[in-house]
Amino acid sequence: MDADISLRVNGAEHTLRVDTRTSLLDLLREHLGLTGAKKGCDHGQCGACTVLLDGRRVNACLALAVAHRGSDVVTIEGLAQDGELHPLQRAFIEHDAFQCGYCTPGQICSAVGMLREAGSRPGEAEIREGMNGNLCRCGAYANIVAAIAEVAS
Amino acid sequence: MRPFAYGRPADAAGALAALASSPGAKLLGGGTNLVDLMRLGVETPDLLVDVTGLPHGAIEETPGGGLRIGAAVRNSDLAADALVRARFPILAEAVLAGASAQLRNLATVGGNLLQRTRCVYFQDVTKPCNKRVPGSGCPARDGEHRNLAILGHSEHCVATHPSDMAVALAALDAVVHLTDAAIPVTGFYRLPGDEPQHDTVARGLIVAVELPPLGLPAAYRKVRERASFSFAVVSLAAALDVAEGVVREARLALGGVAHVPWRARTAEAALRGAPATEESFAAAADAELAEARPLRDNAYKVPLARNLIVRTLAELA
Repeated sequence: MDADISLRVNGAEHTLRVDTRTSLLDLLREHLGLTGAKKGCDHGQCGACTVLLDGRRVNACLALAVAHRGSDVVTIEGLAQDGELHPLQRAFIEHDAFQCGYCTPGQICSAVGMLREAGSRPGEAEIREGMNGNLCRCGAYANIVAAIAEVAS
Repeated sequence: MRPFAYGRPADAAGALAALASSPGAKLLGGGTNLVDLMRLGVETPDLLVDVTGLPHGAIEETPGGGLRIGAAVRNSDLAADALVRARFPILAEAVLAGASAQLRNLATVGGNLLQRTRCVYFQDVTKPCNKRVPGSGCPARDGEHRNLAILGHSEHCVATHPSDMAVALAALDAVVHLTDAAIPVTGFYRLPGDEPQHDTVARGLIVAVELPPLGLPAAYRKVRERASFSFAVVSLAAALDVAEGVVREARLALGGVAHVPWRARTAEAALRGAPATEESFAAAADAELAEARPLRDNAYKVPLARNLIVRTLAELA
């Protein structure tokens, strides 16, 4: 069954007709060609699909596109402004916070969301707990935490 | 995934009408459990009735100092709410102990209550499961059940309810408000018995959860196999009132041990009027856990639950 969906992605309005079974992740990757968000598990367990939906970090794999008409989505492709990397993107590079890079778009989008949620400057334990929904099979966690801690300070 | 129609009613009447329009209709909250189960083929709705647009998204004070929490409130908003953190910090603790921020940002209160068990056989459509297909059998009883029930299970089902929030709500004597009924959380869930396909006593649209005031020191403690992002092996929501070294009131609800959030009423009765000592706490825990019937591989949950009760009550005393 198809549905007409309009939403904003990285500042641009889109109107598409998609099968109701289409997840937000599939809409981004397959329909809009925004392949930054990754399908790591498709079950909300790995966080590689994390994007910002109306400012909040969510697993795009579990969000049905049809349930989020009119929403404002920001993906990893939308974080840089006027050719300038987002501070978290710069920090991930400087701190060598990725190895294969597969989880990285989700890690960065999740960190952007987390820093909006966190009250005062989160310490290491709070960062680790706050990022618990983002897995990294390469084990880059120590550097991921360092990158986030730098931006959080 | 089976093709489905989608609707987003504006009010409860519209939601109920949509639900009634097809036997294959299901309510959609945040989708964090339902969409997962649909992708696994466990749930196969032909119509999703999205209830996130209903006017059930507020947290309000009730006369007398309690709270009424709309069923569409997102888990993250519930945990961050100033009134919840001030009056029921145990509830915020329990919600934050569950899932990940990404999941909590989507998940609704109503959906959290109605989430299904994570028993591996329930989630695998190639396996028999009395909950998913009544009469097909329970492979968990003699199979993989390390994280399944020690209390209240039946020969038909040994599943556990996975929610942290529901355990806190059970200890808080919360009431689930549906459109046509108000049911205490402690009476909302069923033991599996010979009808494990029914998790709850009522089916219908949850509109709110109401909490009476608490006013006691309380805590939520969760034991799990990883430091985070895991379901409970055993969890405990506890509240304790001690005056002059004697327990005046105690509330204990265990998670991870049964098909329901397990309100430990035998332990509570043993604690009332008893000296607030570790001996009393242990005796109360033992009295409650005397009815535990561990399976071959989950007997470790019995001393774990006992120690968790003793340690948490000692902290609160």
